[in-house]
Amino acid sequence: MLDQGVFYFFAALAILSAILVVTRRNAVQSAIFLVTALLATAGIFLNLNAEFLFIVQVILYAGGIMVLFVFVIMLVNLDVALHQVQFNRQWFVALIVSAVLAAQVAAAIAVSRRTLYTVPAAPAESLEPNTERVAFYLFHNYMLPFEIASILLLVAMVGAVVMAKKRV
Amino acid sequence: MVPIGHYIFLSVALLAIGIVGIVTRRNVIIILMSIELILNAVNINLVAFSRLVGSVEGQIFAIFIITDAAAEAAVGLGIIIAFFRNRETVLADEMDILKW
Repeated sequence: MLDQGVFYFFAALAILSAILVVTRRNAVQSAIFLVTALLATAGIFLNLNAEFLFIVQVILYAGGIMVLFVFVIMLVNLDVALHQVQFNRQWFVALIVSAVLAAQVAAAIAVSRRTLYTVPAAPAESLEPNTERVAFYLFHNYMLPFEIASILLLVAMVGAVVMAKKRV
Repeated sequence: MVPIGHYIFLSVALLAIGIVGIVTRRNVIIILMSIELILNAVNINLVAFSRLVGSVEGQIFAIFIITDAAAEAAVGLGIIIAFFRNRETVLADEMDILKW
């Protein structure tokens, strides 16, 4: 019962702050609400017995990536942009995209409604101890993707430095 | 555990909000933030199904997605800084050098 209350609380928090992210005029406020949304997602991860991912989400997303965002917002002078129109005139496209998405989701729910809810949830103990299991899979079954991810991070790091440099 | 459909609904809601942000906002930084929202929605789905099945592999994929998000944020923000230095704007519809 407490489990479900926690989930609905964090889900409502995530959706609310996500709406605020895309509607605020000031980019700094958007960044703050994005932090709230990411932390709410972290709470949902904890609720789902994914402790390692919870910590990764808090440290890497809410800590690292958001600091990067706030830095760039401060670097890029937004005082001028603040007084301009914040939304473009693509509401028609947005409407079509949303309608297509809603149709897809409705179709998926209609197809899977019978089977989706009959799958019994695995016992929570099957994910314990979480960090050990993640480490085992990461360094055993998913060794090659792990190495490729490290190369991707290296390339991204070099690319970011080259992009942000004064003169190439 | 909460029914799996509720997790999917949360994920779809975040995805839709992110898409609205990408399509309608003019500020490139907020478009990047919307992309982060969408990646987060995918992560919720993966972790929820990982819990349902009782296997940790969904969480592994979520870790890879977080890695991707970090790389994408670093490169994207680098591009924004470089562009702002040249054109003094962060609005997406003013980035029309390739248009004629």
